[in-house]
Amino acid sequence: MSVQKGDVFLAGVGGQGTLLASEVLCDAFLLSGFDVKKSEVHGMAQRGGSVTTHLRFGPKVFSPLIEPGKADLLIAFEKIEALRFAHFLRPGGAMVVNAQEIFPPSVATGLEPYPGDAVERLRAVTDRLHVVDALAAAMSMREVRAVNIVMVGAASHFLPLPEAAYEEALSARLPDKIVAVNVQAFRAGRALLQGA
Amino acid sequence: MSVLDKTEEIRLLSGNEAIARGAFEAGVKVASAYPGTPSTEILENFARYEVVYAEWAPTEKVAVEVAIGASMGGARALATMKHVGVNVAADPIFTASYTGVRGGLVIVTADDPELHSSQNEQDNRHYAVAAKIPMFEPSDSFEAKEFTRLAFDLSERYDTPVFLRTTTRISHAKGVVRLDAPAGPAHPPGFTPDPAKWVMLPVNAKRRHVLVEERTKALREFAETWGGNRIEWGDRSLGIVTSGVSWQYVKEAFPDASVLKIGLAWPLPERLFREFAAGVSRVVVVEELDPHLETHVKALGIPAQGKELIPIVGEFDPRIVRQAITGEAGDVRAPEQVPPRPPNLCPGCPHRGLFFALKKLKVTVTGDIGCYTLATLPPLGAMDSCICMGASIGNAHGLEKALGPDGAGKVVAVIGDSTFLHSGVTGLMNVVYNRGASTVIVLDNDITAMTGAQQNPATGKTLLGEPARRTDLPALCRALGVEHVYTVNPHDMKQTESVLRREVARPEPSVVITKAPCALLPDHRRQKRPVYEVIADLCTGCKACSRLGCPAIEWVPFTPEEASATGKRPTQKGMARINPLLCDGCNQCPPLCKFQAILEKRS
Repeated sequence: MSVQKGDVFLAGVGGQGTLLASEVLCDAFLLSGFDVKKSEVHGMAQRGGSVTTHLRFGPKVFSPLIEPGKADLLIAFEKIEALRFAHFLRPGGAMVVNAQEIFPPSVATGLEPYPGDAVERLRAVTDRLHVVDALAAAMSMREVRAVNIVMVGAASHFLPLPEAAYEEALSARLPDKIVAVNVQAFRAGRALLQGA
Repeated sequence: MSVLDKTEEIRLLSGNEAIARGAFEAGVKVASAYPGTPSTEILENFARYEVVYAEWAPTEKVAVEVAIGASMGGARALATMKHVGVNVAADPIFTASYTGVRGGLVIVTADDPELHSSQNEQDNRHYAVAAKIPMFEPSDSFEAKEFTRLAFDLSERYDTPVFLRTTTRISHAKGVVRLDAPAGPAHPPGFTPDPAKWVMLPVNAKRRHVLVEERTKALREFAETWGGNRIEWGDRSLGIVTSGVSWQYVKEAFPDASVLKIGLAWPLPERLFREFAAGVSRVVVVEELDPHLETHVKALGIPAQGKELIPIVGEFDPRIVRQAITGEAGDVRAPEQVPPRPPNLCPGCPHRGLFFALKKLKVTVTGDIGCYTLATLPPLGAMDSCICMGASIGNAHGLEKALGPDGAGKVVAVIGDSTFLHSGVTGLMNVVYNRGASTVIVLDNDITAMTGAQQNPATGKTLLGEPARRTDLPALCRALGVEHVYTVNPHDMKQTESVLRREVARPEPSVVITKAPCALLPDHRRQKRPVYEVIADLCTGCKACSRLGCPAIEWVPFTPEEASATGKRPTQKGMARINPLLCDGCNQCPPLCKFQAILEKRS
């Protein structure tokens, strides 16, 4: 992303920590001198349902919502959620997708299968598709809850901020005792797509 | 304002955080609220400032009454609620319009276009008109803070309560805010008796009504000149009248158009409308939900377009606004077809145990507002109605009276602890008083859960977590005249089912309290519990456990070849699996398995 403005769409499942991930991203943009807006929904939607965050940065941001077909980057914490919101991506936009599968009710109860062709369908949306195993990276640190920050690390390759901005945001946002593990998660995530 | 200027105190705040900050800066001393999405975080954030008082009230009506009392005593006071909360609080609000204020009094209504977490999509700008109370409508977090401060000044200057209206995309969107220093208190605390102002006997209220009408005229003059109502001249071929978050979408979709931005949704500036209309060749009104601005623009005789182009249902984004005005859809990929992912009761949720037991009784279930409303979704599918806070009990009683003897033992009401205290108590009183026989199930999970874990009078803690006297739910029910009050553990579905069968059949009112903490409470999460697993060799794929609808129980489908390869009958279509990352160890599923295939996982 060479232009200094952009729209980042985050999609996940309630409970995956998308909220904290987007907070950290916002702080990093703010610390780097951007105007930022983000919008998300609390309450009922968070109970294991699809959750989304619209994050927009630039010299001056008006709308708190990204319109379909305009997102520069889609960060999806789950494959079905990547597909569900793929139409928000602009042509040529980048997508960073966590390989993790979380079964929605119809799949968990055996009414329909988990879409086995999710990755192929995502590739048809953009050739700038990057699938990472954020859960494995977090598990290898023995901290499943760090999946969200691993995803931030992987996605950071597609955002115009220096690494230091994220680490500063993590230090500012999180309680002291979990800063180190999250900085480690960020770096692990970034390493997953080194050279991307 | 530059966010680069490090000398300024710049923060990225949600609209709700900005309102809390604005109230703090305005010197608010007393704040009261009942939680409700999207308003909840206003009080939670306000309470974090020192030297303020903030509380959860049992209802929005009480919250407003507390705020009026504080205003009488000279303090600046705040009451916050979601849109439907204003329905509950409307009674004191309409008369507070007559009494006016002493300390500034601001009521926040957080509306929810798109019904992200609500039972209706009402537009509370109508309340400003009906109650004759001025209403600010910020367009982002920056304005949310500025308008909140101004609302308190205006309240005292014009002797009126003031509404501040947000929508979900204001309350829950974050934007850049500049912090300012807090102001000192406007009045010394104290109450001076003034019956002509505070005692709304007809004789006094008649005189106050005259003052209310004069006040509205004076406020209309304020609206004509205040900078928050402003014309942004651009291309004169299109003039858009807009307010709130819609202004942002308009600026994005039509950056060159002339815009009349309205920051005070009531009363409206007539001269400004006329000046704007005279300066453009076409006027379009862009507002979410009802044609509030449009109605008043058209009442002035200004030819304008509104709801014939602009949707009346749901929230907007820039594309919706652009398409409505230009008619051009743009080239956007169609959404992919994928399995839906509605919200669901959490793994370990005690409500699941209750509804699983309840479903077996084959009764009609009148429901209420809370997480448990999700029990209406498959596979539980165990709720038949949901109207508003507290409605379940009145609904059950009315349904029973309508069905007559045929309905005996066929209707139960379910209601959460916080909702019961909010407005279920009077419904239960009515059942007892009017010889009803309803069975009322109070789901006591020790928290107001749906809105994100807020304390209530039955939890024994205040908003700040300080210890408080606890409302004793069984004693309260008995005091209302219910003789049969029983408490069960909903995770024990067998016991729950047998108590329910007995009480539903009983030809008198009874209350069953299902008591187990919300699975998201920190104390519960800290407890070490077993994780369960499905022993693959024992699972026959009968799906008995799947019927719980627990997110941790996953179905793994087989082909006949795969079934044979794993030693299963070729007709077995799959097996259950428990996701160890999701399992909460609630022990609801193991007793459902006839084959003892669900066991504690050995680590």
